[in-house]
Amino acid sequence: MIERELVIVGGGPSGMAAAIAARENGVKDILLLERDQYLGGILNQCVHTGFGLEYFKEVLTGPEYADRFIKKIRGLPDIEISLRSFAVGMTGDKVVTFLKPGRMERVKARAIIMATGCREKTREMVHIAGTRPSGIFSAGFAQKLINIEGLLPGKEVVIVGSGDIGLIMARRFVLEGAKVSGVVEIQGQSRGLVRNIVQCIEDFDIPIYFNHKISRIYGRDRVEALDAVRVDENFNEISGTKFALKCDTILMSVGLIPENELIEMAGVAIDRKTNSPVSEELNKTSVPGIFVCGNSFKVYDIVDSVTRDSLAAGKLAAEYLGRARA
Amino acid sequence: MKEYDVAIVGGGVTGASVARELSRYRLRIAVFEKEEELAFGVSKSNSGIIHSGTQNQPGSLKAKLCVRGNLLMRRISRELGVDFKEVGSLIVAFTEEERLELLKIKKESEALGVPGLRMVDPAWLKKHEPNLSDKAIAALYAPTTGIVSPYRLVYALCENAAGNEVEFHLGSKVKKIISLPAAENIPRFKIFTSKGDFRARYVINAAGLYADEVSKMAGVGGFEITPRKGEEFLLDKKREHLVNHVLYPLPTKISKGILVIKTSDGNPMIGPTAHDVSDKEDLSTSDEGLREVLENVKKMIPTIREDDIIAYFSGLRPVAGHDFIIRHEAVAPGFINVAGIQSPGLTSAPAVALMVRDILKDNGLSLRKKIFFHKYRRKENHLFSIPFEKAGKLIKKDASYGDIVCRCEMVSAKEIRDAIDRGATTLDGIKFRTRAQAGRCHGSFCTARIMKILAEKTDKPLTEITKRGKGSEIVKEERGND
Ligand SMILES: Cc1cc2nc3c(=O)[nH]c(=O)nc-3n(C[C@H](O)[C@H](O)[C@H](O)COP(=O)(O)OP(=O)(O)OC[C@H]3O[C@@H](n4cnc5c(N)ncnc54)[C@H](O)[C@@H]3O)c2cc1C
Ligand SMILES: Cc1cc2nc3c(=O)[nH]c(=O)nc-3n(C[C@H](O)[C@H](O)[C@H](O)COP(=O)(O)OP(=O)(O)OC[C@H]3O[C@@H](n4cnc5c(N)ncnc54)[C@H](O)[C@@H]3O)c2cc1C
Repeated sequence: MIERELVIVGGGPSGMAAAIAARENGVKDILLLERDQYLGGILNQCVHTGFGLEYFKEVLTGPEYADRFIKKIRGLPDIEISLRSFAVGMTGDKVVTFLKPGRMERVKARAIIMATGCREKTREMVHIAGTRPSGIFSAGFAQKLINIEGLLPGKEVVIVGSGDIGLIMARRFVLEGAKVSGVVEIQGQSRGLVRNIVQCIEDFDIPIYFNHKISRIYGRDRVEALDAVRVDENFNEISGTKFALKCDTILMSVGLIPENELIEMAGVAIDRKTNSPVSEELNKTSVPGIFVCGNSFKVYDIVDSVTRDSLAAGKLAAEYLGRARA
Repeated sequence: MKEYDVAIVGGGVTGASVARELSRYRLRIAVFEKEEELAFGVSKSNSGIIHSGTQNQPGSLKAKLCVRGNLLMRRISRELGVDFKEVGSLIVAFTEEERLELLKIKKESEALGVPGLRMVDPAWLKKHEPNLSDKAIAALYAPTTGIVSPYRLVYALCENAAGNEVEFHLGSKVKKIISLPAAENIPRFKIFTSKGDFRARYVINAAGLYADEVSKMAGVGGFEITPRKGEEFLLDKKREHLVNHVLYPLPTKISKGILVIKTSDGNPMIGPTAHDVSDKEDLSTSDEGLREVLENVKKMIPTIREDDIIAYFSGLRPVAGHDFIIRHEAVAPGFINVAGIQSPGLTSAPAVALMVRDILKDNGLSLRKKIFFHKYRRKENHLFSIPFEKAGKLIKKDASYGDIVCRCEMVSAKEIRDAIDRGATTLDGIKFRTRAQAGRCHGSFCTARIMKILAEKTDKPLTEITKRGKGSEIVKEERGND
């Protein structure tokens, strides 16, 4: 078994910031595991601009923002970056098992920082009555299909929920020549950033239905339509307000969930409601020496805050390892 | 026109079991399935329980075939490398009246030949089923109840049958059957399908929900299939140890009630409802169904929460009266109906197959055993079901086992390619075989990659990759190079 002072799982903005801060605070023997073939995490598919306003005082795209950190981390000694390395197991005494094409490895760490990001809630997690045809995507998955794979998921789209990813994808679909028939949001206002409401929805005259929910999905093989209905303050349907929207595609933008199954395996206490670690202090968990940062600690709105708090996580790990003074 | 000795209509668990059983003999056999893949009918959406045989009407086909099917399933799953787990079941009583009812069920079921039945008390329940409501006063324990993955069972049966020369015609809907008068050396049936016409000496109708229509094609009426919907809800794998047995309430008149089920993939499942519907394609779920299921299972396991649900589906039981219809039809000699195969049709399938074999024999088909019948099937590897050490060894042998495609269920590129080599042509087919896309993120992470692997291996453009056959394409077009 290999031994390392610090193992970081995840090479998105949070993992990279944590690694950089740990190194700068004196940790010398760092292994960073990233399951993808490149660093940058979710930023790689965010080709729109609006990143880095606070941290770099510049307007960058997601990949540009990631690139700055990738250059920096590649320039630092003592950080081994292992790509296509999928952490699949973890124990309370800090042994991480990971798979790479061709090998399975175990590494014993003195400290661990988890920077595994989050996943999108799916249609399955909010019960929506009706059929289960093709054409229902989480917004981030649709984003990946368009921006990375060059595929257009559909031509007549309804977006469920008004999270930032959903809003950004509404504009994206319009720019790709598709029709966006509406955004349906159960709350009285959007959870997304104001600038996204303005630039992605209002500027494109896309109807947005607040206080509405989807009550049924139609279509045997492919989505054909859905029913939307107005709800009262307790989210109960108001009868007589139901109307149908024709569509071949439904995007779900109904929230994100921190990805923490590995530390749960290691016995770290997890809040069952939020799927975040139970924590008294930023980045700390119920197990000393196991830290969590970025979107796997809690869901952040903007990447600059992720970077700020993840730098702090790197320092915390250095303190724990006796390399830096608190 | 191509000729077969036996044509089987329907590639669900019934047709697959019959095909595999008959493939022991020197016969030319074909299976016709209208869907793009096997097991896309009722056999994909059920509870996956190999029932012990309790709760069936004495004297019925269901009663006899269920007990026998449960026994046979063990050998078949061993031969075919299908995971069968004997988890046992509990029918739970909450009142004295229900407890007395259990005693009656016990006696009846023992008469049907269900082995090992035993009444257990609250102390036993507390120890062996700790999450069960403490209001339970007794339960009937049936040790022989088991679980399988229903679609993996069908795929294994068919793979093995294909290895023994059964021909499978997929995407081939039987549209018309003509039965000709008997004449020497000329098969009696002409079968017209969406992919060509065939002749057959015998026709087995195992068409599930459409068995009434297929039967009418051959000029045999007498029954109608009514779909009875069952909505089911899957819970997160984190709740795997919620229950240790399959839990039943007391049965109702039309069903075994709403259960807490262990599944062979680990996710517990709750359901099914049982409501007659009119549309054989209506696989929708409803808010009422969800509420009904939650309310009922909470009586048994109070800690189940709506948040635990990660997926849901519904299935339609093909109901034709109270019992199965399995018989040779004298009005169309050589035509055998295997219809109304509602629950426990999954359990009974191996016994149904033997019964069909005997009916064929009684009606003039000569059964001569092949010298080489391959009874075993090479089991596929699933990383999710083996310990890390073993996974490490596989990865050393073949690097692509270490190339993880589905993060939630830990499915490698190698397993995806194997599934395609074994016949998967759609995303659902890959999901059922490997579990890729079946976990928490429902394919948000891995679908794009799986589409690419499938496109590459089948030499199709990405726009032709489907969820479950034509009409269910995933993407509409490839964007130009802009
Ligand atoms: C669609 C979208 C649009 C956004 N738009 C904006 C915006 O306009 N402006 C802004 O400031 N912010 C925006 N954000 C937010 C910002 O991108 C995120 O907050 C940030 O990327 C989170 O960083 P992270 O490192 O925590 O997670 P991620 O970027 O998700 O990185 C997690 C990394 O961990 C890896 N990983 C996970 N599990 C494992 C494992 N078991 N083994 C190995 N590796 C693993 C993953 O592959 C990934 O690379 C957006 C986010 C999204 C999703
Ligand atoms: C909710 C639910 C839960 C259940 N739980 C259990 C359980 O736990 N245990 C148990 O033992 N049983 C259970 N059952 C019952 C079991 O699922 C069925 O009895 C069994 O799957 C029936 O299999 P089959 O092969 O007869 O039908 P199917 O699987 O439907 O196969 C018939 C096939 O015929 C094809 N077909 C139809 N018409 C044509 C045509 N014209 N040409 C070509 N092909 C055609 C269809 O596409 C289909 O694939 C359950 C059922 C439901 C609905």
